[in-house]
Amino acid sequence: MAKITFITSDDEKITLEGTSGSVMALAVENNIKGIDGDCGGVCSCATCHVHVAPEDIAKTGEASEIETDMLELDDNTDEYSRLCCQLEISDAIDGIVLKVAK
Amino acid sequence: MSTNTKTCVIIGASHAGVNLAFNLRKEGWEGSIHLYDSDPELPYHRPPLSKAYLTSRDSIEKNQLRSADSYTKENIALQLGVTVQAINREEKNVVLGDGSIQSYDKLVIASGARPIIPPIPGIESAKNLFPIRTAANISSIRIALSKSNSKKVVIIGGGYIGLETAASLKKLGASVTVLEREERILARVTAPEMSSFFKQLHHDNGVEVLTSKNVTSIEHKDNKNYINCADGSNFTADIVIVGVGIFVNKELAEESGILCKNGICVDETTKTNDNDIFAIGDCSYHHNPHYNTNLRLESVQNAIDQAKVAAAAICDKETKYNTIPWFWSDQYHVKLQMVGLSQGYNEIILRKESGEGTYGDSFSVWYFKEDTLLAVDAVNNAKAYVIGTKFIKGNTKVNKEKLADSETVFKPVNLLLED
Repeated sequence: MAKITFITSDDEKITLEGTSGSVMALAVENNIKGIDGDCGGVCSCATCHVHVAPEDIAKTGEASEIETDMLELDDNTDEYSRLCCQLEISDAIDGIVLKVAK
Repeated sequence: MSTNTKTCVIIGASHAGVNLAFNLRKEGWEGSIHLYDSDPELPYHRPPLSKAYLTSRDSIEKNQLRSADSYTKENIALQLGVTVQAINREEKNVVLGDGSIQSYDKLVIASGARPIIPPIPGIESAKNLFPIRTAANISSIRIALSKSNSKKVVIIGGGYIGLETAASLKKLGASVTVLEREERILARVTAPEMSSFFKQLHHDNGVEVLTSKNVTSIEHKDNKNYINCADGSNFTADIVIVGVGIFVNKELAEESGILCKNGICVDETTKTNDNDIFAIGDCSYHHNPHYNTNLRLESVQNAIDQAKVAAAAICDKETKYNTIPWFWSDQYHVKLQMVGLSQGYNEIILRKESGEGTYGDSFSVWYFKEDTLLAVDAVNNAKAYVIGTKFIKGNTKVNKEKLADSETVFKPVNLLLED
């Protein structure tokens, strides 16, 4: 079980609890604004871009090579950027804060 | 305008219909939403059917587009296992399978397509013959494969569906032969270079891909399917998969007098020639402004983007469909990403990345018409896909020599054509 906090572009703060699956799926299920997950979670569309809070990047790890390449589709990418379809929900990421890029 | 007494009826609850229903709520539609589909399963992602879902042991619940709760939460009346028989435009209602009537203020046709089962003599006698379109198809294939001793599968059709299914079934231990009628696989959608690459990829993974194989008859005897081709060759299989294309589900629209061509004709807001009826997803015949062409697209991207446009249009917001199509395919360890429409190209540039990939293969095919970049197919190369997307969107002129040279560091700034 992990608690994950999303901060949307409207500065709305939403904390959700998940047990399994990807962070993207959790966000889509709860209508988090700015996370579409169009490709269903196979790292093919870059519509689930989040900025991980710097203090949480150790928990999530950095983006993989393909993720980094795909993130280039967005202009506001930084070293804390992740595609959250690639973040699996587990105890390891409990408490993380994600700022939705779009 | 208050919409709280109005009713929107959506025919078809796959990517297009489901996204539309949720987008309507986002756009402020307060009226009722009735979403119908003949498939009894809670709506699910279709792309994984031929890919990860086929090889997994997951139930379809893991691939749901949305949970059952979320429809309730958004007050979307999802009715599954229900067919729509007719549209009455004058009375503004639809007739459901049981004869009951549902009236609408706005109607959205998101009825998609159904697989073609070609009229090959004897095809009706074949046992364990399946298309790939629904979760139920995949369950049947999994069961048939588990019961088969020989695990011999023949796939008719060397398009993406056929090839993805071949890779997935191979992973499950099947012995797979793909029969393609054309001289090369993926003939309709990619350059010859891509066709050769995928043919070799399947060969290297132990899947036989045979081209110029026109299946002329199928027989079932001694508990086996015999598949006979025009050139005299024949094949046996316990399981036959058919992936030769689709028929558009446009009959409801046609019968009610809505203008149809290759699909249901819509304008840039996805509206048909009836002001209160829209059509989105695989069934819509629409205009793509970037390519200035009319077409029908079978893709998740198109379904999702048209769902956004239709929702905005129905809620009286200014909107226009204007996107660059994109697609993907996963086979074995290869990730293919495609952007744009290559139709009409007269030159291709092949770019191979130096350095080793898993397969020695990270490359991209760039389709040009004169100086205009039309499309990019990227194999294990998200970078090419992303740069291609940006260039196509920006109508950027590309230096083809630099692009072709794998020594050129792969960054947009290094690939621009200077005036």
